[in-house]
Amino acid sequence: MRLNTLFLKKLFVLSLIFAFIAGVNASAFANSEHNETVLKDSAHVTEAHAEGEGHAAGHGEEPFEPTKVIMEHISDSHDWHLWGHTSIGLPVILYTEAGLVTFNSSEFHHDQEGTHVVEKDGQKFVRFENKIYYAAETANEKGQYLTLADEHPTNAKPLDFSITKNVASMFLSAIILCLVFFSVAAAYKKREGKAPRGLQSFIEPIIVFVRDEVARPNIGHKYVRYMPFLLTVFFFILINNLIGLIPIFPGGANLTGNIAVTFVLGTITFLVTNFSGNKYYWKHVLAPDVPWWLYPIMLVVEVIGLLSKPFALIIRLFANITAGHIIVLSLISLIFIFKTLYIAPVSVAFVLFMDVLELLVAFLQAFIFTMLTALFIGTAVEEHHH
Amino acid sequence: MIGSIAAIGAGLAVIGAGLGIGRIGGSAMEGIARQPEAASKIQTAMIIAAALVEGVALFGVVVALLGTR
Amino acid sequence: MDLVTPSIGLVFWTTVTFFFLFILLRVFAWKPIVSALNERERSIEDALNAADKAKEELTRLNQESDKLLKDARLERDKILKEAKTLGDNLIAEAKHNAQTEGAKMIAKAHDEINAQKNAALAEVKNQVASLSIDIAEKILRKKFENAGEQQTLVAELLKDVKLN
Repeated sequence: MRLNTLFLKKLFVLSLIFAFIAGVNASAFANSEHNETVLKDSAHVTEAHAEGEGHAAGHGEEPFEPTKVIMEHISDSHDWHLWGHTSIGLPVILYTEAGLVTFNSSEFHHDQEGTHVVEKDGQKFVRFENKIYYAAETANEKGQYLTLADEHPTNAKPLDFSITKNVASMFLSAIILCLVFFSVAAAYKKREGKAPRGLQSFIEPIIVFVRDEVARPNIGHKYVRYMPFLLTVFFFILINNLIGLIPIFPGGANLTGNIAVTFVLGTITFLVTNFSGNKYYWKHVLAPDVPWWLYPIMLVVEVIGLLSKPFALIIRLFANITAGHIIVLSLISLIFIFKTLYIAPVSVAFVLFMDVLELLVAFLQAFIFTMLTALFIGTAVEEHHH
Repeated sequence: MIGSIAAIGAGLAVIGAGLGIGRIGGSAMEGIARQPEAASKIQTAMIIAAALVEGVALFGVVVALLGTR
Repeated sequence: MDLVTPSIGLVFWTTVTFFFLFILLRVFAWKPIVSALNERERSIEDALNAADKAKEELTRLNQESDKLLKDARLERDKILKEAKTLGDNLIAEAKHNAQTEGAKMIAKAHDEINAQKNAALAEVKNQVASLSIDIAEKILRKKFENAGEQQTLVAELLKDVKLN
């Protein structure tokens, strides 16, 4: 403990010194075009516009838009951006009027403005702000093959089933989960009845926690049936939260902060809850203990109550994780907003703090989602003894 | 314009949630101080209550997000 | 607005992934892990119960052996006590016997001594009588010869008697 604090202090002092030196160096080039370009390049701010070094200098004066950058990072995309101008192309799968069309997203050449047309199977597509549209016949004055109304394209869209960054990240997390838990299960088989070891001893308390603190007290003696579901939900959310916190390549996707993912999870919870509801539950919903003339109102209230529970789950997870990503990115953006490296130590310290907090939130949100799911299931399967 | 108004609304929602979570946390602390042996139960109940309050606040945030563009 | 609009592609892939993940983990991970955990908990509980039982048994055995030991000790004390009384009795009896025997022997010795004394006295009396007779005879014989010599003779005889 003491060693750790000492180490952290040293690290902090070192980073301060480093930042100071870097700041002095940077101020030597102060006001030079080049410096700003470097700064912006390193933040990939101008990636969509800058084609090369020489070109970037021309665009050097383009203002920094934190909102745009942050939105870019927290929303889904068809490429997996690595660094600078390097990104991995991911498969684009489109369900068009003429069937499935697949191609690699790198064919868009990082275009997000709808200026680059990709022609496949006799159909033309353009990409505008991470969405794929059918291309218009002719380009408008900005070179976009789109018809824009109030800055929003009005072109028709094919159904997009692409393996996006989020989907790829989800596959990765699914593979990690499978590897981890298959190995743990194998360990349980191999070392039957013995004390846990290694990964097993890390996972076991969490499983026991889910069983003893989440499932059993909330669901009651019928908890065994719901254990697999609760465990899967818990670990799925947890690992995706954690992977989302990693800033470099295999991580960084804002998966559990994406409304589509939380929507699916919430919907599954809703379905599981209502399919396991017993007669007391349905009596409570459909025929509550109120005078008969209140039924029309009560029915509406109860149905809203049914829907609002998973809705709250969906929104909570989405908003918490997205908010965390936004805060971290905003703090990093401070460096580029103030256009100085002096702010970097402050920014980095705050980001460090926020990341630690997000680590807690990652566990807490996984726990709360599982907990509330168990609570809802518990109310659905509860036996009443009047 | 709509975005700004939505942001003010979100801010108001956050005030409410802050008060609510603060009260929950304070009461939980009191409860734990009075009955340290019931700490784990109080914590669980506190987290659930806080989550419910937070859920309401997040609706405000979502409305704010709906307001942006 | 974009942020809170779920995209169909991600909804589809999430559903598919979650479904397969759920099936895979349920069959290959949760089932063995949860059953192994329950199994181990049960075995630990059994072991604890068995330990409790063994402890109880041990205390019972201990109590039993304590009781046995106590009994044995009592028994031993009793035997020792008995032996002691027996020995004391024997000694007392022996003492008594010896005393009576001694007394008897002493009495006998007394009797013997008395008898001897009496016999001796009787002998002495006899001797004295015979001596007296002898003396008297001799005196009587001498008297008739010489009065002087008679006197000497008596003196001599008396001297003899003294010597005897």
